[in-house]
This record gives sequence, C-alpha cells and structure tokens, in this order.
Amino acid sequence: MTTTLPAYDEVVARYEPVIGLETHVELGTNTKMFCGCPTDFGGAPNTRVCPVCLGLPGSLPVANRAAVEATIRIGLALNCSIAQWCRFARKNYYYPDMPKNYQISQYDEPLCVDGYLDVEVNGEPVRISIERVHMEEDTGKSLHVGGATGRIHGATESLVDYNRAGIPLVEIVTKPIPGAGAMAPEVARAYVTELRDVLRSLGVSDVRMEEGSLRCDVNTSLNLPGEQWGTRTETKNVNSLRSVERAVRSEIIRQASVLTAGSRITQETRHFHEDTGDTTSGRSKETATDYRYFPEPDLVPVAPDPTWVAELKAALPELPRLHRRRLQQEWGLSDLDMQSILNAGAVELIEATIAAGTTPTAARKWWLGELSRRANETGVELADIGATPQQVAELQGLVDAGKLTDKLARTVLEHVVAGEGSPAKIMADRKLEVVSDTGALTAAVDEAIAANPAIADKVRGGKVAAAGALVGAVMKTTRGQADAKTVRELILERLGVQG
Amino acid sequence: MAAISREEVAHLARLSRLAVTEEELATLAGQLDVILQAVAQVGEVTAADIPPTSHSVPLTNVLRDDVVASCLTPEEALSGAPDAAEQRFRVPRILDEDVAS
Repeated sequence: MTTTLPAYDEVVARYEPVIGLETHVELGTNTKMFCGCPTDFGGAPNTRVCPVCLGLPGSLPVANRAAVEATIRIGLALNCSIAQWCRFARKNYYYPDMPKNYQISQYDEPLCVDGYLDVEVNGEPVRISIERVHMEEDTGKSLHVGGATGRIHGATESLVDYNRAGIPLVEIVTKPIPGAGAMAPEVARAYVTELRDVLRSLGVSDVRMEEGSLRCDVNTSLNLPGEQWGTRTETKNVNSLRSVERAVRSEIIRQASVLTAGSRITQETRHFHEDTGDTTSGRSKETATDYRYFPEPDLVPVAPDPTWVAELKAALPELPRLHRRRLQQEWGLSDLDMQSILNAGAVELIEATIAAGTTPTAARKWWLGELSRRANETGVELADIGATPQQVAELQGLVDAGKLTDKLARTVLEHVVAGEGSPAKIMADRKLEVVSDTGALTAAVDEAIAANPAIADKVRGGKVAAAGALVGAVMKTTRGQADAKTVRELILERLGVQG
Repeated sequence: MAAISREEVAHLARLSRLAVTEEELATLAGQLDVILQAVAQVGEVTAADIPPTSHSVPLTNVLRDDVVASCLTPEEALSGAPDAAEQRFRVPRILDEDVAS
C-alpha cells in the first residue's frame, strides 16, 4: 500500500475508538492444568509430556486444585463474582498445537464474572470493567520448517513440541472500553501494566511478556460520534507493554484510513510486528470460527465452597494501587514525585532499598538520579541496571559514615553498575575512601599553606573567603578524596582564624 | 422436516477434516437425521423439574494436588507419532488457519 496514513491527532478528532483486551496468563503452578507434568519454562522438546497432555486414548484429565485456587484469587483481586458452580468446555478445532483436537476451556460458565480494575492514566482514575476470568490450557509450540523465516507462510511442514501444552492458562477479558478517545492507547497500556502488577502481587504467575507468560490480544474498532460501534479487529502477538500502546495506536490509524477511503473494516485477526509497529492481516474470523463448544464430559463441574472463597478473599495481599498509595504517604511524596517513581519503574527498587536500611530521600535520590540517567542512556530497564537495592543501601551507608563524599559515591556506583562487586569492596580496591586520617590531611593542609603564602596571609588578615583556593589545593593533592568541609575547617584552624 | 440439512453435514465434515463424497453426504445426512429425531423425541418427555445433565455422575470438585508426577520419555511420547524429527512431532504444514487460544 502506498497511501499515506492519516495523522493520529486528525483520526481521533474525527473517530471514537472502542478497545477491549483479552489477556492470557500462564499460571506459575508446579504442574499442568490437567496432569502432573512439570511447567518449567524451556526444556528439551517433548520431555514434559504424558498421556493426558498428549491426548492419548483412554487418558483422563483431573483439574489442578492450585490452578483453580489461583483463578479464584485473580477473580477476587479483580472484584469479580465467583461462580458457585461452573463447568469446563471443549473448544474444538483442528490445529496440531493441540494434540486432542480440542482445547479444554470454559465457555458460557466462566469461574469469575463481572469485575473491574481501577487504573490511572496520567494521574486520572479510569475504571476498566472485567467481563470474565476463566480457566483453560495452553497449546504446544510449533516450529515451521521449510520457510525462510520460521513463520507459517512458505513452510512445508511443522515440528511440534508439547511441553507447553496443558500449562494452566487464565484468560481475563475486559468489557468494551468506549470513551477513551485519543487516550485509548495509553488506557490499554495502563490496564495491562496494572493487571500485570496485580498478578505479580498475587504471586500466581511470573508475568513475563517477553517469555509469553503474559500475552495480550487487543480489540479495536472505530465509529463516528453518535453512531454504532464499528467492526472490530483483534490484534495478536503483542509482547510488551510498549507494544500494547503502539498496537492500539497503529490499528486506529489503519482503520481510519480504510474508513476514510470509503471501505469497510473486515472482522479479522491481525498480527502485530514489533519491528515496524504495524499490524498485518491474519485469518478472517467470519469464515474460521466455529468451535462447537460443549460441556467437557471428562471433567466434573467446579463448585467452589463459599467458605473457601471467603478464606481466599480474606488472605488477598494488599493490591498494588493501595500499596502505592500507602508508600507515597510513608515516604511523604507529592503525587508528582510518586508519578515520576512509577514512570521510572522504581517503586519496588526504592522500597527494597529502604528495607535495606536507607532513608526514602536517599533511596529515591540514587534510583531516580544517577541510576535512572544511566538506564536511559543505555536503554535498559532500571531493574536490570546492574545495581541491587542492597548495594545502593550499602553505598548510602558509606556516605552516611563519612567514608565517601557524594562525588566519590557516584564514582563507586559506576563501578558497581559495571559489576565489580559491593560498594565497600570497590571503595577498598580502588582506594576511593575519603582521607579521614587527620595526620595525612593536616600534612596536606600545611603543604598548601606553605605553597601559597600570599593567600595564607590574606586569610590570616580576615579574608576568610580566600581560603577556597587553599581548599582547592588540598583537594587536588588528595585527588578529591577529602571532605571539602573538613578541609576548610582544618585550614582555618591552622591559620588561627574563626570559621 | 429434516433435523439436519445436507449443507450442515458438509460443514461439519469440513470442520472435522473428513473427506466426504457427495454420495456419503446423502447417506450421512439421512443417518444423522434419524439420530437427531430420536434425541428430539427424548427431549419431548423431559420434565421441567429435571435439570439439564452433562455428566452421568453427581460429582463436583474432583481436583488433584499440585504435585509433579512422572512424564513419558521423548521416545515413548513420539512412539505413536506417524512422523517425527528433532524430537518433535512432524506434521504437514498448516495454512489459512491460526492458533486459537
């Protein structure tokens, strides 16, 4: 296509986007959803399979209690009602990533329904309604061979590894989200970010988007103001928080260009491409979806005991939003300061640094200052910068003990980030400790006075400000490893002047 | 009136990846129709006080503990496969379709 795409601002001034998100979470249980095979990531192909997850004749699935429990906890954290009785369903489709030729899922009786998640977008609260949270099983992984790029197109055959088949998946579906306007991409990202934080706080998944344990499909449609919602597309393969935002934005622009040209949107699956930020057409939904769902005869219904649900609810951890609010109060921060910590992804790091024995002010200073700057420069996440909260706390401890000046501490931190070990070790190895040996410092002061008699006289005569030049001389001989304030006091003392 | 049309049977055959000839289609449509009529007859006697039944046993919450059990070896897992390569099941290429999850 050679048509020029319209500008985003023009598009959202004319059309109203409606978005919706379907998120799949791989649970961090020890075993698969319906059998005892382990769920660890990776592993040689087909080493974590058994008759159940291979769908061999005569095998029977039994649901994993821990997975049911995790799903209920997710539902509760998302303010859902928990079904008193629900069933699994077969979703029938022929594709080799499912050896049974169906996926065990839930259909019209999900375990959790009608919830919500409150998120913040640019400091404004937005409530995202949750339609359902249901249990299902993951698929195997196909390797397409014969093609040039490992993609389906051009492949002559597929090689399938079923290690992932049967890993517990929870699907979380929002209700359609209208009214976000130009902010729709940010709303989508804020939702997935908050959802990830909630899931992490529950400890139900490692929620790594890049490893696929958290996967997101984004539905998007456009309509003119006052008109019905448009035909939606479903964008898959969105593997990072940033991609969620980009995928919504690019799909809004693409749909607008189609509509503006007088064409219709086809209801279809589209694939997001990380490199270009574009989506391309996948299968057309109108012809492909006919899953012939029916109640799974091999599994009995799940009817969670209300007492159990109440216990799980009572034991939920403090959810991220409340946790952040409490931290903000404890740390005495303004909304703006807290926002900058959130934007930098530094909440947990600062929290851990404080837990390791540092004041909130110092912890914030290091993570938002020096370390954030380096993270930005090198393009890595702050959490992966190479310095741990313990190291930062140790560094500040050395400053507080007078062993490092602020400037020296920054030098030490650079070496910490470079992986040279603990701050104390680096300080010792590189001889960066403040010269606190009074004898050595006095000698350096006397030397500076002797070398600058004229300046010394001025100071003796009452021009205290002139002492700065002598401080500079001492700092030079100690290679910056003296505390300037101490040096100044010492000079005045040696010259018999009151500071 | 027939409970299932020839077109519906053809559609089901397509979804089930069954190569059904025109003649078979006619035969199958007739046979399936008889089955569906019989089921519909059972439906007529269903009383209002009997809930729909999906399972023959009145059980709920048959759950297992999250404890790792032994797996098959890759050799065992692949022993029934028509074809294998690189310790994986080898299947014909897939076109025009997509992962459903």
